[in-house]
Amino acid sequence: MPPLDKLGNNPPLLEVKNLRVEFPTRRGTLLAVDDVSFDIAPGEVLGVVGESGAGKSLTGNAIIGLLEPPGRIAAGEIRLEGRRIDNLPYEEMRKVRGARIGAIFQDPLTSLNPLYSVGRQLIETIQTHMPVSASQARQRALELLKEVGIPGAEHRIDHYPHQFSGGMRQRVVIALALCAGPRLIVADEPTTALDVSIQAQIIALLKRLCREHGTAVMLVTHDMGVIAETADRVAVMYAGRIAEIGPVREVIKNAQHPYTRGLMGSIPSLGHRGERLTQIDGSMPRLTEIPKGCAFNPRCPQRGERCLVERPDLMPAGSGRAACWLHDARGVGAPVKDLAHA
Amino acid sequence: MSAWLHRLTDSDIWWSFKSSWLTVVAAVATLFIILVSFLSPILAPHTPFDPATISLSDGLKPPVLVSADGEWTFPLGTDDQGRDVLSSIMYGTRLSLIVGLASVVVAMIMGIALGLISGYVGGTTDAVIMRIADVQLTFPAILVALLIDGIVRGLISVKQHDEIAVFVIVGAIGLSFWVQYARTVRGSVLVEKNKEYVQAARVIGLSPMLIMVRHVLPNVTGPVLVIATLNLGLAIISEATLSFLGVGLPSTQPSLGTLIRIGNELLQSGEWWITVFPGITLAALVLAVNLLGDWLRDALNPKLR
Amino acid sequence: MLVFILRRLLQSVAVLLAVGVVAFFLFRYVGDPINAMVGQDTSLQEREQLRDRLGLNDPAPVQFLKFLGNAAQGKFGLSYRTSEPVGRMIVERLPATIELSFCAAMFVLVFGIPMGVYTGLYPRHWSSRLLQAISLIGVSLPTFLIGILLILFFSVILHWLPSFGRGQTVTFGWWTTNFATISGLKALILPSITLGLFQLTLIMRLVRSEMLEVMRTDYIKFARARGLTNRAINFGHALKNTLVPVITVAGLQLGALIAFALVTETVFAWPGVGQLFIQSVQFSDIPVMAAYLMLIGLLFVVINLIVDLLYFAVDPRLRAQGGAARVSGH
Repeated sequence: MPPLDKLGNNPPLLEVKNLRVEFPTRRGTLLAVDDVSFDIAPGEVLGVVGESGAGKSLTGNAIIGLLEPPGRIAAGEIRLEGRRIDNLPYEEMRKVRGARIGAIFQDPLTSLNPLYSVGRQLIETIQTHMPVSASQARQRALELLKEVGIPGAEHRIDHYPHQFSGGMRQRVVIALALCAGPRLIVADEPTTALDVSIQAQIIALLKRLCREHGTAVMLVTHDMGVIAETADRVAVMYAGRIAEIGPVREVIKNAQHPYTRGLMGSIPSLGHRGERLTQIDGSMPRLTEIPKGCAFNPRCPQRGERCLVERPDLMPAGSGRAACWLHDARGVGAPVKDLAHA
Repeated sequence: MSAWLHRLTDSDIWWSFKSSWLTVVAAVATLFIILVSFLSPILAPHTPFDPATISLSDGLKPPVLVSADGEWTFPLGTDDQGRDVLSSIMYGTRLSLIVGLASVVVAMIMGIALGLISGYVGGTTDAVIMRIADVQLTFPAILVALLIDGIVRGLISVKQHDEIAVFVIVGAIGLSFWVQYARTVRGSVLVEKNKEYVQAARVIGLSPMLIMVRHVLPNVTGPVLVIATLNLGLAIISEATLSFLGVGLPSTQPSLGTLIRIGNELLQSGEWWITVFPGITLAALVLAVNLLGDWLRDALNPKLR
Repeated sequence: MLVFILRRLLQSVAVLLAVGVVAFFLFRYVGDPINAMVGQDTSLQEREQLRDRLGLNDPAPVQFLKFLGNAAQGKFGLSYRTSEPVGRMIVERLPATIELSFCAAMFVLVFGIPMGVYTGLYPRHWSSRLLQAISLIGVSLPTFLIGILLILFFSVILHWLPSFGRGQTVTFGWWTTNFATISGLKALILPSITLGLFQLTLIMRLVRSEMLEVMRTDYIKFARARGLTNRAINFGHALKNTLVPVITVAGLQLGALIAFALVTETVFAWPGVGQLFIQSVQFSDIPVMAAYLMLIGLLFVVINLIVDLLYFAVDPRLRAQGGAARVSGH
């Protein structure tokens, strides 16, 4: 598969090829991530956006190797700097985590062990991956705390998580994720649990730090606004598949996939006051009831006969790619008007 | 009816039941024990507690497959009075089950009632009831049961006590377990009491007590059931312990615990069957009940779904 | 923090008083103390005189205060059964119960906690499942049955260990100990196991379930995402967070051992306060029952207090809040 548009000509930092994540359950095997492929270039911020249940978090979990059983990677490859990481034994993958790939999760309160001081958790992580002494580790921890903007770092380093506010806690979490110097951070809804006023600060901090350290970010979220602020490119996921992927500005202004168009149209913006928000009828299908052909077809206003039968792969569309027959030479076939079965 | 059955067999609970063979075995075993013991008047080969039917010459016969002295009429042997061990076990199990179930029911009713009152009325009544609960919780249940039994013994004669022993034991054990139910129910009542529909009901003159019963009780059935399943095994053990200690059911109406006590005195001289068989039965019964309880708790626990 | 301690102390005193009230009622109003002390042909007049002399006709609050005062000094009157001073009977038998409970507690902690940690960390391994099955049996067997089976096996059949009594004890002042002789130590083994088995299974299951819950938390997930070693995660983070809530329950359970000893003491004819209590229930010996009640009440209140303070010391969140609520370890 040809590499996607990138910021530079470097080989990709992360390559995900045909990833499938399955969940065996009593009702049969659920396919939660279906044939997903994308790359992330060094230092780039890729936003992954979609509704709840679209498979974005699971993709992130699969990449860091923390899929919770019974979920498992059923097919595909994940490569970090050219080296395969999806099939590594646990101990090898453990060394990768933290040192080469970091992660940030949604709730900063539950992400930190309440019984250990912030400093101890930082020092422990640093010493796990770097051969430094305890005092050197503490020094580095202090520097990190200052970098993420914790005032009074010298004595706050010995404070416990409950002694920090929500925004401060997430800064600590970011420090923890960065402390061993990873090349890629998987950030899963990093601002959702925070107050709106704090969200902007944290996003700006994340963006700045990653730029300074040259760290790439896979930013998973359902909040399009955050993506617009932070990402270089964005991948839109739907029902376990990527619907569209491309540079952020382009996808927002000029979406190529009907789903993305619907998404963008449903976000209120200050410039277009008084216009009706568009609404996509129906809802994303449950994993047990994914339609044949294109997963979006029951809700798509532009569907044709081909959409009901053949499933589209990502194909060039606009300045990115979209999984939609509209961009194929043969088109969608005869239009199917009846949307009653959404 | 068939629609309800269909819904039952299609439910998550049934699936989780079927998929654990251990639970199915436990359920079958429990059912078997219950059936056999409750049908003991019909099934038991002897009536060991009717003095007319026993004779000392049958005494101390060993189990039939273990020694040449055994007979098939007494397959598990006899005790020193000539009573058949197998029949004693059947009748004894019935009594153990009845007492166990009854005490759980008593504890549930008392606990739910006090919990409702305490939560709804609030104020001093609530404080008093909760303080009593606290004090009672300071002591292990068996101690409370022993205390109650001792008090009753001090108030009435020994012969009277033997006659109503079953009721005394059920009451004693039930009284030792009510607190957990009361606390759970009270907690739910406190939550519901402040909701708007209760206040609205008050305004239109409906008795909020009725509303409590209609709305709160359904909410607590889950947790109450969980407590009950934990309690049933404990109740059976408690009764057996009390009987073993000689302060429970007397030898005229023995439960499994009483039988074990009777047998224990003969243990040193080698007649082991009089203790071991009732012991195995007791263990099997409580084990089966606990397994079922474990499964029920896991099935009802939303966190594990 | 001081406020917290003060509040708990007051609560403890309140509970003790309540227990005292119950014991007092038992003592005075259940059964007739006079009947137990005099013969059948004592005249009514003499009985009245006796009542007056013993202060049994004083108003109830006065009697209650006298009762409390006496209780504080360990005076609970005379046993209905043996006519000995109850206080002395209890003191004589206390060391036996305490030593037995101590041994049982060690048994529970030394085996129960590691077993719980192991089955929590590797729940699907066959050895874990086996341990779980055994633990289920342990919870289902009544203590007295365990005792009987152990006696049957190790004493009657194998003749390895004694089946009753304390064996040879050595006296230090008012304390008699089992630990100084081989026969004493041997006598401790079966009763300690019997007493502790139930609690052991409880602790094991508790530690296991706490461990399982902790392993599912976000901070463990984040710790894994940071690439911490399994050792650091299992024993550094998970274990500490597991043990914090376990401390309270464990403390309470172990205190309960002293009360639960009564069954074990009966099975093994162990001359402790538990056996004394059983005998008193059988004979309706009210003064002994009342005294035992107060003793156990005091014991539990003290243990509850210590456990609360321990919790305070271990969980940094409580120190900040002043101990307002008990927070779980995760």
